[in-house]
Amino acid sequence: MRALRKRFGATLALDGVDLEARAGEVLALVGENGAGKSTLMKVLAGALAPDSGEMTLDGEPYAPATPLDARRRGVAMIHQELALAPHLSVAENVMLGGEPRRGLRVDWSALRSRTHDALAQLGRADLDVRRRVDELSAADRQLVEIARAVAFEARVVVLDEPTSSLGREDVAHLFRLVERLRSRGAAVVYISHVLEEVFALAQRFVVLRDGRSVACGACADSSPQQLIAAMVGRELEVRAKRAPTRAGEVVVSLERVAGARLPLDASLEVRRGEVVGVAGLVGAGRTELLRALMGLEPVRSGALKLLALSGPRTPHERWRQGVGMLSEDRKREGLALGLSVADNLCLPRLSAFARGGWLGRRDVESSAKRWIDALRIKCPGPRQSVGALSGGNQQKVALARLLEADVDVLLLDEPTRGVDVGAKAEIHALIDAFARGGERQRAVIVVSSYLPELFGMCDSIAVMERGRLHAARAVHELDEHAVVAQATGGAA
Amino acid sequence: MRLQARALLRTLGPALGLAAAWMLFAVLAGRTFTSWANLQIMLMQTAVVGTAAVGATWILVSGGIDLSVGSTLALGTMVVALLLEAGASPGFAALGGIASAALVGAAIGALVIGELGRVIAAVAALAAFALLGRSHGVAVGLASGAALALVLGWGAPKLLGKLPLSPFIVTLGLWGALRGLAKGLGDNEPIYPSDIGWLRDTMNLAPSGVFSILPPGVCVLIVVSSLAALALKFTVFGRHVLAVGSNEETARLCGVRVERVKLGVYLLGLVCAGIASVLQFSYLSMGDPTTAQGYELKVIAAVVIGGASLSGGQGSVGGALIGALIMTVVDNGCTKVGLDNWVQELATGGIIVAAVALDRVRVRSTT
Repeated sequence: MRALRKRFGATLALDGVDLEARAGEVLALVGENGAGKSTLMKVLAGALAPDSGEMTLDGEPYAPATPLDARRRGVAMIHQELALAPHLSVAENVMLGGEPRRGLRVDWSALRSRTHDALAQLGRADLDVRRRVDELSAADRQLVEIARAVAFEARVVVLDEPTSSLGREDVAHLFRLVERLRSRGAAVVYISHVLEEVFALAQRFVVLRDGRSVACGACADSSPQQLIAAMVGRELEVRAKRAPTRAGEVVVSLERVAGARLPLDASLEVRRGEVVGVAGLVGAGRTELLRALMGLEPVRSGALKLLALSGPRTPHERWRQGVGMLSEDRKREGLALGLSVADNLCLPRLSAFARGGWLGRRDVESSAKRWIDALRIKCPGPRQSVGALSGGNQQKVALARLLEADVDVLLLDEPTRGVDVGAKAEIHALIDAFARGGERQRAVIVVSSYLPELFGMCDSIAVMERGRLHAARAVHELDEHAVVAQATGGAA
Repeated sequence: MRLQARALLRTLGPALGLAAAWMLFAVLAGRTFTSWANLQIMLMQTAVVGTAAVGATWILVSGGIDLSVGSTLALGTMVVALLLEAGASPGFAALGGIASAALVGAAIGALVIGELGRVIAAVAALAAFALLGRSHGVAVGLASGAALALVLGWGAPKLLGKLPLSPFIVTLGLWGALRGLAKGLGDNEPIYPSDIGWLRDTMNLAPSGVFSILPPGVCVLIVVSSLAALALKFTVFGRHVLAVGSNEETARLCGVRVERVKLGVYLLGLVCAGIASVLQFSYLSMGDPTTAQGYELKVIAAVVIGGASLSGGQGSVGGALIGALIMTVVDNGCTKVGLDNWVQELATGGIIVAAVALDRVRVRSTT
């Protein structure tokens, strides 16, 4: 691929990417969250068309119009979230979309034998091709996906963060499969941000940053430190660090907290007036930590205490107690897009506006109006439905909800996701002011994938690495390299 | 501006449809259709479906559905008739009919939020009380019912855990089961109580007074729907229902007790169905286990024609009433013009599909 560009609206997702994958070789593609890896892979798989640039496959021009087109040319994708039909058998999944036929009927015996062949090539002839996929382990499901690539004789196989849903022993198994694919002469593109995997598996690497390929080379000649430097590499913006505050009493304390699946082990203390950042890779368990604190997900073990109450609580109790959470996913969870600004804003504290169950609608709307003015939310009025607002303004509504409820502990998950630069700065200032408080200081825990943001707004940062939360350290003791190293497990 | 126009169309759309249908038949059928007496009849014909549709509006707005309301209506008429036959006063019998529907509502709600164990315990206890109470006396029935309730009520939820079921499946099951229960209560026969007291007058015009303008049943519909419409808009519970229907995850995040809200919605919705069943009893003057067949779809159609979305978060009580009126106008008008039954059914079907298509267009235009 050469000089690929892809623009989404105002953001340049890909800004000149050069990449070369060779047959019989594993090429690692690394980069931070949002570096453009997923977009690049979508272009390769035919799900998105590039705005400019060229791709060649075996010396011929390659411009797939659809994912099916890409597969016909021998390019197979293995996605982060597995793309399998759970109710169908292994064989049906492997051959899905290319079932051998006899007339109008499916040729079942050919279907099974071809699946069996593919599995045998991967060294797993023992797997029963008639088993339903939902009965398989996570590792075997991934095997099914890889077998699909083998069955369709893919020459280029792209694996997108394949280990994110696997346990440690399954990872070793996956490595053997990838090794087999490579030895069969396929070109493997392995996307990951876990550096130890990259060095264990790949011959060469390409580093993507801000939509550009910034470094490439042979793994044998490079060190993890060099890769980290290339991944972070941005000119460190001179950003005003948060002015120190006199922290108050401890209001959040976690001791070895484990959730249903994630996090595995998290200990943390947050005081009034403090803003604590949680850094880490996507899928490391940061969101799950906040959700467990809010009572949206169960807590399996460990001791947690928020304000005066210890132990897990329901979201209802948390709000009444003075704990509020901002969701990372505005559409799915954060906002009821069909409802009005006022309904969304006042939802957690609606009963405060009611007498005997009956609402003073005017009070609700005037309260919403107050926040619309205070946060400069651009909308015609409190009755406007939230779905019609821009992303930045939607985010302000979601944030205003916490301010309206006047909580003491704010759990913020990606508070500036999908928000433009101006609104970002406003939101940062707002959070800072809220933590400082006038008469009452508040505690803030903020999860963000954008490190400069965390360094700009936090007093201290704790890194979540595959479910484990490292001890929080003051921002002035840290730099971005250290955080990335810790998050990718590449720390010394 | 465009947005306001769209919102206006949403509220006015069904009303315009009603006006158009009325005018069409006014032209086709003339005075026999437009007369005051016929208007009163049409309002009365709307009372049962309309009252049930008020409850169904709440259920649909919360993102749920009730396919069993026709069977609940039949069950209600049987309970009222049985109580009257056993010598209860009309008022007590009516309350009994409403209570039986409320019990159904509690069961649906409990099943939807995953309390299968508790529902099993309650049903087993009630069955033991009814069967043993009849054969061995009230004391034995009460004791065995209480014992079962205690044992199963403790054990079954522990064994089953939370097991949320989709309201579609739950009420599809009850659609058959409640009809069967209604038939069983009367040994497959309708019950004709000898004296139904003032329940006889509920669906008739009185010779004088307020009820000479509108029969009591229609007044009940007006009162119930006004209360329900105000409560949906102006109570905390109503706004929580809307929030759960619009986005359950958001509601949960914001500390709305989603399970409680759902339970309350089905309870409230089925109380409306209970009131409708009392009206249906008055209309028939008997308990009939085969009555109100297909009403579940009429009720849902009324709510949907009135602008509710089957995916929840949207809908109004007023719209549902207009929807119910549209169907009555089409039925009544076709009869007055002398069109066959099949034309009515065809027209009603067309209106439902058109209304749902409109709903899709609305959803598309807002996202």
